[in-house]
Amino acid sequence: MAEIYAAALLNGLLIGGVYALVALGLTLIYGVLHIVNFAHGSLLMVAMFAAWMLAELGGVDPYLALPLVSALMFAAGWALYRFVIGRVSRGEDRAILLATLGVSVVLDNLALVIFKGDTRQIETPLTFAMWEVGPLLVSVPKVISFAVSILLAALLWAFMARTDTGRAIRAVAREPEGARLMGIRPDRIFALAYGIGIACLGAAACLLLPSFYVSPHVGNVFVLVAFTIVVLGGMGSFPGAVVGGLLIGVTESLGGLLLGESLGPIGISLVFIAVLLLRPTGLFGAAR
Amino acid sequence: MTDAIRLSRRVALAGAATLAMPLVARAQPAPIKVGLIHPVTGALAGAGQRCRMGGQLAIDDINAAGGIKSMGGAKLEALLGDAQGRPEIATQLVDQMAEAGASGFTGCFASALGLAATQAAAKYNIPFSIDSGIADAITTRGLKNVFRFFPNNSTATADAMAALDAINKAAGSPAKTAVIVHEDSEFGTNSVKLQAAMLPKIGIEVKAMLPHATPTRDFTNIVLRIKQEKPDIVLISNYENEYVLLARTLVQQRVELVSTYSISGGGFNLKFAKEAPTVAENMIDFNHWHNPKDPRSIAFRKRVEAATGFYSWEHPFGYFAVKLLADAWERAGSADKEKTIAALDASTLSDHFMPYGPTKFTNGQNSGSHPVALQIQKGDMTVIWPDSFADAKAVFPRPKA
Repeated sequence: MAEIYAAALLNGLLIGGVYALVALGLTLIYGVLHIVNFAHGSLLMVAMFAAWMLAELGGVDPYLALPLVSALMFAAGWALYRFVIGRVSRGEDRAILLATLGVSVVLDNLALVIFKGDTRQIETPLTFAMWEVGPLLVSVPKVISFAVSILLAALLWAFMARTDTGRAIRAVAREPEGARLMGIRPDRIFALAYGIGIACLGAAACLLLPSFYVSPHVGNVFVLVAFTIVVLGGMGSFPGAVVGGLLIGVTESLGGLLLGESLGPIGISLVFIAVLLLRPTGLFGAAR
Repeated sequence: MTDAIRLSRRVALAGAATLAMPLVARAQPAPIKVGLIHPVTGALAGAGQRCRMGGQLAIDDINAAGGIKSMGGAKLEALLGDAQGRPEIATQLVDQMAEAGASGFTGCFASALGLAATQAAAKYNIPFSIDSGIADAITTRGLKNVFRFFPNNSTATADAMAALDAINKAAGSPAKTAVIVHEDSEFGTNSVKLQAAMLPKIGIEVKAMLPHATPTRDFTNIVLRIKQEKPDIVLISNYENEYVLLARTLVQQRVELVSTYSISGGGFNLKFAKEAPTVAENMIDFNHWHNPKDPRSIAFRKRVEAATGFYSWEHPFGYFAVKLLADAWERAGSADKEKTIAALDASTLSDHFMPYGPTKFTNGQNSGSHPVALQIQKGDMTVIWPDSFADAKAVFPRPKA
């Protein structure tokens, strides 16, 4: 029995890594633009289809495709903000929110038209690779996705902390008017931050694909979890997204084991409500 | 004078045209309009489009072969409707198409849409030939205009257990215990209740029933529970996404099983066989399919694959739903509603390539229709039960990994 608990704990941590990466993009966009990106799930779906097509039609392994898909998603996110979201919203927060919602509706239905409602998947050489850890079988793709997610989170943190661009992003996030006086153009920073947030989804998509499926609705499967993580970790907080992701992964896994997979997902909601009640700013959030 | 001549010439021409009209009309009788109602957008779009395509192929074939001969070669004309997965839209489409002169309907892939649309068509007493839509209630509400050539739900579950029993016994009964994994909404819960009650009667003990939510992102916990129970078979009752994830996790966690078994398994199709060959190999599903021993089914599959690259049971379902109507019009010699319904009631349609017994309608349901047990072998779909239609021997128990 102890083995099952160990397996569930380990599995929860590993899945939490990818949750963290999805949430990282969301929290970055929130931190800078101060809006919840409703198109997040749909853009994850787009990235997964991009990775799936590269694998299915071009024979490119999703792990090798990761830099390319991330770059493409960065470009897509940047362009989406620059030419659609930024323009229609005219800087109004409420309008940005609605614009991202509109983008998600368009993307979801476009995917339905192109790919139909069917579920797609791929088998890669690593899909069935398992590490034997004592009596446990640990999925190699999950270990890889965990490790790469944590690495990317660290790189992103370093980028924000150590580079001029990162500092500019943080400056705009904190005080857009002040940043403008210092010669930073907030609209450019907004597009850049949105692009980076969406690039995270490109990486997450490539990490998920070897062990998950893709369908036009796949974004919904992750986006609610990502919202929960962002609130749990503290909106706009990087360490919060990572710790929150791991915490939610473990909660989900242990909840499923103890309460059954039918009642188990309740664990995520319970943690969410508890955090809102006891620490509304989130684990790492600063009081505003 | 010249004017008068011109006038009379015009009158003469008009007269000639009037005289010629009935001849033209006799040569080309008015087309018979068939309403095809399917969800071709929305979440059910893929399956709905496949049903529609099947229906259109049937119309093409009938027209190419000279239309309805007893009606002077009347051609069929499709009225296409998109029900978008919403029952109220299916109802509206029936009203619109009835207005446009539809003589018959086929549809609607999903039971919920079929229930709504058939009821709407009953108002006009227009015959409705169900393609996919398995709910018993579609034909048990006493609607005289509704006919289903294909199996219903109670047949499917009873047949599925008979098939599992036959396959198991033929192999010396290696399957003695089972774990049932099901999604926890009405669909999964109800269907496994039936299964759990029937399994002990065929000598299989149910060791555990494991419900899960939709969506479930990870099946490791469930598969570890299965490993603890050490069942001979795992019965699966859920939707496509969870079906493929569970199937994959069973392989990843190296669960030794005699087999897996599902009834109308959500993700069990040729796409699954192609995209996940390692996982799909030797999985068994009880589902609809054509009769692989009939060469026409092979030709039909090739024709669909050449056009879309993907073949599924929805294609012949859409096809024969239209054929059933056309056969009734042919025998009735008219598209009159009453006559068509009487002809459908008396239908013994045998010109088909489905794995069915003789066609006989009782209260609108064809009692000769049955699903079959399917197994993915070497990446392709094979029928393994009943023997009369089987094109492969069951791999049961499946070889140890």
